[in-house]
Amino acid sequence: MSEFEPRIICFACNWCSYPGADLAGVSRIQYPPNARIIRTMCSGRVSPAFVLRAFQQGADGVLVTGCHIGDCHYISGNEKAEENMRLTAELLNLLGIGRDRLRLEWVSAGEGTRFAEVMTSFVEQIKKLGKLELKSI
Amino acid sequence: MSVFEEIVQQTKAYYCIDCGVCTGSCPVARVNPHFSPRLNVEKSLLQMGGEIVEDRELWSCLTCGTCSSRCPSMVDYQNFVLSSRIEARKAGREGLPTHEGVLKLMMELQTFAFPQARTGWIPEDVKTSPEGEYLYWVGCLPYFGVIFRDDGTHALQTAVNALRILNRLGIEPAVSPEERCCGHDLLWNGDIESFRKLARHNIEMLKKSGVSKVVCSCPEGYRTLKVDYPNLIGDTGVEVIHISQLLAQGIKEGRITFNSLEKKVTYQDPCHLGRLSGIYEEPREVLRHIPGLQLLEMERNRADAICCGTTGWVNCSSYSKEIQSSRLKEAISTGAQILVTSCPKCKIHFKCALLNNDLSIEVKDMLELVVEVI
Repeated sequence: MSEFEPRIICFACNWCSYPGADLAGVSRIQYPPNARIIRTMCSGRVSPAFVLRAFQQGADGVLVTGCHIGDCHYISGNEKAEENMRLTAELLNLLGIGRDRLRLEWVSAGEGTRFAEVMTSFVEQIKKLGKLELKSI
Repeated sequence: MSVFEEIVQQTKAYYCIDCGVCTGSCPVARVNPHFSPRLNVEKSLLQMGGEIVEDRELWSCLTCGTCSSRCPSMVDYQNFVLSSRIEARKAGREGLPTHEGVLKLMMELQTFAFPQARTGWIPEDVKTSPEGEYLYWVGCLPYFGVIFRDDGTHALQTAVNALRILNRLGIEPAVSPEERCCGHDLLWNGDIESFRKLARHNIEMLKKSGVSKVVCSCPEGYRTLKVDYPNLIGDTGVEVIHISQLLAQGIKEGRITFNSLEKKVTYQDPCHLGRLSGIYEEPREVLRHIPGLQLLEMERNRADAICCGTTGWVNCSSYSKEIQSSRLKEAISTGAQILVTSCPKCKIHFKCALLNNDLSIEVKDMLELVVEVI
């Protein structure tokens, strides 16, 4: 049997993390191709519902990325994201999906290498956790 | 027979005499000119079911039951809405979810067999037992506690309070980690498939746990377990009790006494506890037995009580806010300092409304008040 390849949804903000992912690409930095990257205007736009929806639709992990604290294009959107994701993590724990399947990271537009590193380590983490089985009760 | 003909048969909509008492009584119709229960029934009688299915106002009904309780022809409008919503859902329509759908997703995700962490919140000084006669039905409270932690609702505290009160009454209830969402909101939003899954799971859980009585602190959970499970799924094998009934009984038998509290309060009848389950007096009994507490009734009380403005976490609009504001004004006009309710959702909705207008009154859960005086 081939190794489990997790399906990951990555939310990347328009101003830092998405260009960061772009830089990783144009610089030809290798990282695992498990993620579907969704661009949002700000990490603060990613509501708990987006994350829950991703899991409901069969994601094994969700990675939310945004500008470093203090660098947000909208001044404090990433602080909002931090708060939102803390709440989401609690919901995931209650639901039994587990907070380890969600990660929030800051990646600036100049950090192509960092984007690749974050993605590599997150894919590793989800591989260890295994597939999220959507078995009906 | 077409689907809507069947709905007309089941809900006795053919008895409609077009008198308009339903629309005249409806709290939504009072503020929303596009919403009319009478018109919806008329449309179904004229076999215009398709129009109802497409109508986005179908999801604005609060299912509060005011219309059905006053209908001279006994048309079951609540079930009319329920069946219409099931049809509308089949056609791919649904209400506009509030909070970006996080509550709906939270409920839907509970239909998957993830191992939930539902009991971590129980404080150490509260006594529970793995088995026994009673089970405390926690419901959505741990989730509400997380989602609404910024509006001062302290939803999870309601569950802790309920356990403390049960302990005081000499009951050490079981709290099951296997419990899942009761499915109330999913059912009333027409998602009968998910409701069935959850209901079957919960009934099995109740049978396995070996309890004979289930205590609910949420009126919607109470009504779902007591009425909807037996009607739509099958016998639960347990007696379903609302905590206010236990408290009222405890007072009568002298098993619980209260310290005094010099306050004026008014009481909001939650739709599912009052009109739809007939429990009006027990919560009032509890409030009356708190020495010093003065219970002032709002003009529209008991069966005439007005809904807290939104339900099922869909279609919360400016109309909902209008209903809430007018209800809050009514509560304030009684001279009460505290608006007491016994539904966590009423509390959340009124607290939210208070954030958005300049009215000022304290909103408290009945259990919160009781814990203060025991």
